[in-house]
Amino acid sequence: MAPAQRPDNTLSGGPSPWLPQKGTVVSRQRQTHDVITLGLEVPGTFSYHPGQFNMLYVHGVGEVPISISGHRTAENGHTVVFHTIKVVGNVTQALARLKKGESLGIRGPYGSAWPIETFAGNDLVLIAGGIGLAPLRPLFLHVLEHREAFGNVFLLYGARTPADIVFRRDLEQWRKRFDINIEVTVDHAWAGWYGNVGVVTKLVARAPFDPVHAVCYICGPEIMMWFTVQTLRERGVPDTNVFLSMERNMKCAIGFCGHCQYGPEFICKDGPVFPLPKIWKYLRIREL
Amino acid sequence: MQSLKEVIQKTEFFQGLEDRHLDLIAGCARLVVFQPGEYLFKEGREAQHFFLIRHGRVSIELHIPPRGQVMIQTVGPGEILGWSWLVPPHRWRFDAKALTVVRAIRFDGQCIRTKCESDHTLGYELMKRFTAVMAERLQATRIQLLDIYGTGSKTG
Repeated sequence: MAPAQRPDNTLSGGPSPWLPQKGTVVSRQRQTHDVITLGLEVPGTFSYHPGQFNMLYVHGVGEVPISISGHRTAENGHTVVFHTIKVVGNVTQALARLKKGESLGIRGPYGSAWPIETFAGNDLVLIAGGIGLAPLRPLFLHVLEHREAFGNVFLLYGARTPADIVFRRDLEQWRKRFDINIEVTVDHAWAGWYGNVGVVTKLVARAPFDPVHAVCYICGPEIMMWFTVQTLRERGVPDTNVFLSMERNMKCAIGFCGHCQYGPEFICKDGPVFPLPKIWKYLRIREL
Repeated sequence: MQSLKEVIQKTEFFQGLEDRHLDLIAGCARLVVFQPGEYLFKEGREAQHFFLIRHGRVSIELHIPPRGQVMIQTVGPGEILGWSWLVPPHRWRFDAKALTVVRAIRFDGQCIRTKCESDHTLGYELMKRFTAVMAERLQATRIQLLDIYGTGSKTG
């Protein structure tokens, strides 16, 4: 079984994992009515692996873990790191209100990453639900950059309604390629939508990947991941080839405070990306 | 050129049926094409057919005043559309509209029902297949009802 990659949990270029550095908002892209992508410029080079997250600190409000959804190098040589944020509480609301030029605290990257290098030659199936596409986006971009190293590539994405689809422009661009398979479905739709309507598991059941040689990366609400895993098992995908990104209320991000403990694991330190066999038995325990 | 029986035989839904049963089913089938926007059937009308979609996408819809047409599900290649022909009072419960050009096999429900009544083995084989489709749709509907993307982080 290939372990999820785990880079050092140290601040890029910083001396302590506790110490935030300054990030400046250089772009804002509204994805849906309650999801926004902020481009945060940080000094110098910022290294991370797809699947990792940063802690974003809004001065005087609080700190939240947010997955990294991409990056680019700015003209001044600094790095712009993208974070896609769903507004669910006070801190995310404050993040969503930040304007270009305003600053915040950023520390990270933390956590494990999607394992990819060890699976060259396999079919890859990325399965996302809702805002779960954000942590999978850097992985997908990596796969596109190294497309020749893999077999068939599938991105299966489910959202609540057409208006809730995130990274719509990306999806439209990616669909123009001949060497990847992208399917999008929504739970509810109305006139004017010509795509799939139905649950994402239906896409999983029908996607023509080779189950024995497929590696599946899943990110979305836990219940969606649960049903998706059932479908993958029915198709014969080995558990060892399935990876999930878990979400909990992370505070310290270095396995110190215990807020995100999940059975014997800490989501922030041992996760958020886990191989399925490592967490399967905890997935439906109500108390966790 | 493939005969209709050969086309049917290759579909997942009819896989494993005896040759004589395929002959019976093919006798009740014909190829059909629908243009985008065309209805395969409409709510309330008599359900005389079911469809095996070969190409394209069909939207299962319901008209909800004042919201208009609401899409409940889409059905695509390899999937079965319609089981009201099997269950009294044999009336469609929803609309089915072609979203794209749709190529399908249309099966005459009355014809199939008559053959199933005289050959219960065929009836049982078909019933097993339709039950599986219904169970899959029911499960999918239950997951849809959960509004799974509406859940997730409640803090932050």
